[in-house]
Amino acid sequence: MKTTGKVTGIVSNLVTVEVNGPVAQNELCYITVDDTKLMAEVIKVNGKNAAVQVFESTRGLKNGNDVEFEDRMLEATLGPGLLSSSYDGLQNDLTTMTGVFLKRGEYTDPLNHEKLWDFTPIAKPGDKVVAADWLGEVKEGWLPHKIMVPFSFKGEYTVKSVAEAGQYNIDTTIAVLTDASGEDVNVCMYQKWPVKVAIKGYKEKPRPSRIMETGVRVIDTLNPIAEGGTGFIPGPFGCGKTVLQHAIAKQGDAEVIVMAACGERANEVVEIFTEFPELIDPHTGRHLMERTTIICNTSNMPVAAREASVYTAMTICEYYRAMGLKVLLLADSTSRWAQALREMSNRMEELPGADAFPVDLSAIISNFYARAGMVVLNNGQTGSVTFIGTVSPAGGNLKEPVTESTKKAARCFYALEQNRADKKRYPAVNPIDSYSKYLEYPEIREYLSEKVTPGWVGMVEKAKNIIRKGKDANDQINILGDDGVPMSYHEMFWKSELLDFVILQQDAFDAIDALCPISRQKYMLELVLGICDKEFSFADYEKCRSFFKETINILRQMNYSEFQSEKFNNYQEQLINFINNGN
Amino acid sequence: MATKAFQKIYTQLEAITKATVTLRAKGISNDELAVVDGKLAQVVKTKGDLVTLQVFSGTEGIPTDAQVTFLGAPPTLKVSDELAGRFFDAYGKPLDGGPEPQGREVQIGGPSVNPYKRKQPSQIIPTGIAGIDLNNTLVSGQKIPFFADPDQPYNNVMAQVALRADVDKIILGGMGLTNDDYLYFKHEFEAAGALEKIICFVNTTEQPPVERLLIPDMALSAAEYFAVEKNEKVLVLLTDMTLYADALSIVSNRMDQIPSKDSMPGSLYSDLAKIYEKAVQLPDGGSITIIAVTTLNDGDITHAVPDNTGYITEGQLYLRADADSGKVIIDPFRSLSRLKQLVQGKQTRKDHSQVMNASVRLYSDAQNAKTKLENGFDLSDYDLRCLEYAKAYATRILAIDVNLTLDQMLDTAWEIFGTYFTKAETGIKQEFTDQYWVGK
Repeated sequence: MKTTGKVTGIVSNLVTVEVNGPVAQNELCYITVDDTKLMAEVIKVNGKNAAVQVFESTRGLKNGNDVEFEDRMLEATLGPGLLSSSYDGLQNDLTTMTGVFLKRGEYTDPLNHEKLWDFTPIAKPGDKVVAADWLGEVKEGWLPHKIMVPFSFKGEYTVKSVAEAGQYNIDTTIAVLTDASGEDVNVCMYQKWPVKVAIKGYKEKPRPSRIMETGVRVIDTLNPIAEGGTGFIPGPFGCGKTVLQHAIAKQGDAEVIVMAACGERANEVVEIFTEFPELIDPHTGRHLMERTTIICNTSNMPVAAREASVYTAMTICEYYRAMGLKVLLLADSTSRWAQALREMSNRMEELPGADAFPVDLSAIISNFYARAGMVVLNNGQTGSVTFIGTVSPAGGNLKEPVTESTKKAARCFYALEQNRADKKRYPAVNPIDSYSKYLEYPEIREYLSEKVTPGWVGMVEKAKNIIRKGKDANDQINILGDDGVPMSYHEMFWKSELLDFVILQQDAFDAIDALCPISRQKYMLELVLGICDKEFSFADYEKCRSFFKETINILRQMNYSEFQSEKFNNYQEQLINFINNGN
Repeated sequence: MATKAFQKIYTQLEAITKATVTLRAKGISNDELAVVDGKLAQVVKTKGDLVTLQVFSGTEGIPTDAQVTFLGAPPTLKVSDELAGRFFDAYGKPLDGGPEPQGREVQIGGPSVNPYKRKQPSQIIPTGIAGIDLNNTLVSGQKIPFFADPDQPYNNVMAQVALRADVDKIILGGMGLTNDDYLYFKHEFEAAGALEKIICFVNTTEQPPVERLLIPDMALSAAEYFAVEKNEKVLVLLTDMTLYADALSIVSNRMDQIPSKDSMPGSLYSDLAKIYEKAVQLPDGGSITIIAVTTLNDGDITHAVPDNTGYITEGQLYLRADADSGKVIIDPFRSLSRLKQLVQGKQTRKDHSQVMNASVRLYSDAQNAKTKLENGFDLSDYDLRCLEYAKAYATRILAIDVNLTLDQMLDTAWEIFGTYFTKAETGIKQEFTDQYWVGK
């Protein structure tokens, strides 16, 4: 029998329920208000009183309202049809909702139960299988979507039968498995999994050893993120966090992309809805939307569902990882999620930590980041979830709890800088403060040597060093005046400007410059470093300035031209002539 | 708010704070309104049979044996075309002596638009002010605040923007307006002969601060009526959102909540977002555009209110006094409209964004020249021309009282470019200089 209860207290979306039976932490329940049922989650239990956070507005709720407990946690529904869908934080399909306004208590099914999928069996009768093993596959767009032994299955099963190749809907039984005690269980094409629990079902989680290309130079060249790695982008408002994330989403070298718009502007999500169906994935030539799932809980949608949205997104990512796919999760912004935690902790009258955030904020964040990673599946194949989150630090000050906690958990740090944004140097990633821990991994260095060119990391470090020295030189010039420093200072400064304008800056709105494959990044970095290696002897700093300005101009024209096209080669020729004769 | 017959009257308060009262009552629903000693109040917390009410006009003089009746519903507004041309207080009661408007009763602070059903904003709202139209184009469905110091004339600028904007309805939500400013708005609207498209919800500084909390929801409920049901272009003006946030912090403080940054409630971001995100372009053509005012403390944008606002809104506008023209201008450097690229060159002339960038860049060169001058350095010929240009640009285009169409702004800019600069100095694409260059 289900546990039931009655509402005994309400503060905003925190509701206290007196229960008549057992309840579990994070168990779901429904509160009846008039003729609708509102979904809520247990977040604290004290004696017979359970504190639940309601995922909807609690307007009109009364003490004494009936509550029914569900004996399950908040779950994601996993099956073919997730890609190109748009969900809210609780995985309700936004596209099938009626009316312009969101209706409280309207829950829609995440998957289409009528659609037929082309099923091909993989497992054979007699096979021994465990959770997450592949039973068959369907084509979801162009991706092979594996139908797996449900993650919740414990122990070993024997395949009794598998459906023949053919068209089925997701409710059809596509396999019958026999468990150790000889009992048969039917498996259909979808399964459910509690979002706050990490999906296991893999053999091991090795250290990342490959790079995930994003097409963004300041990431790939300077501070690359590993496939299965974690990174975060903190920055004050107006510095281009969202533009950078969208750029990564458009070009990231992943097979599946999940975008979690968590407590951000609705118009930004509308931009994704409008643009993505039009845009082409540069790696496959297919529509971007085909590989994208959007989880959208904008800032005006209920706060508790905002917290759920990042977990829902991560669960979907882990599901596709178990199929041996390369998955990229982008969450904008994790600060809003932390603020949702703060609101609840506040209402529960917990003792606050720094800036009134809950004391376990750091643990919650690192736990979440830990769900990313590269895994070796039971069948030896690999899959990965790469996670990049944005952080919106209050007042742009990075010394605040969310940024600090995230810094401990994430391995790449892309600091967006107000000063660079003001100067329109986009992407405004600070080249000196930002880092990628992966560059220290021997396996990654080896990979880069093989994939890009031998000694690549050395070149990158050299470039960083020039930028650092150029900044120091510029500081000196600003203090002592143009005439007060030796010529070499001007030269050093302009060499760093050269790197800044040609390598660091990238036009996200230019069709060609926006996407820069690693081969092209290598070509340009070698070219620019070649110029930096030269010793010049300028007569005065005006000459130095005009020489580098022209050099930058030509190199930028190259960035805007198709790689190794005639136009590109012409500019390069022009560049060589200019350098040899121009000073 | 007439009390219904047979309503239970409670007469025993358990606790009173400056903003809230607590009593024992049964069958009370969350967010429901009540009348405490004749004052309007709203349920903010229930615990067992203890109910805490936030009294909008403050609890001064409320005795422990005050009469309390519950009204059974959250705050509502009667929406119909009769709202047009009227002035109301925070409760939606007429301030202008006219009759109470009739219409469908809607609960204020209603649900959000399904993000999937929104349309991408794509219509320019021209205002005749170059600081907006030319440099930071306003788009219907956008939300954008003025970040202004209290001594800046933000209310005057906003009134001008509103009256010049090409919209069907203008809804003013005044929070903590001084009586003088309220009368100013009233006078401006009347003088412009625009009363029939104006609706005002006003809480002045003479009225209790907590009442302000109702104003944005009232204004936006009226806006939703005209935008959703009449497919109208609605412009909502909210001034001053910092005072709104102050009222939030008063209530949360009285409820013993732990404050976060700058003694603001931890839910400030969500509270503000709930208001600003009502800005929307609807699929059937109606739209709600929000222009707000956030007053700053000595220009400090790291304070919790402007900071959270900046993360929510689509850009921000700064005012500043321009020394050259002696006029107020919208600061071309710090101001930003995040949606401008959705209309520039699409709904406006193709040369728009190039002219905008060039004029701002040259204006910034003029600032550098000014710094040089102040530091006693010699000025080059280019510097001198920049200074002349800046004067012309500020006086003929940027000044807030200049009223031009966008094409006129662009033409004037070309004319000024031609007077002081060469084509190369403007750095504008050749296809546009070929077409529009004036002079040599």
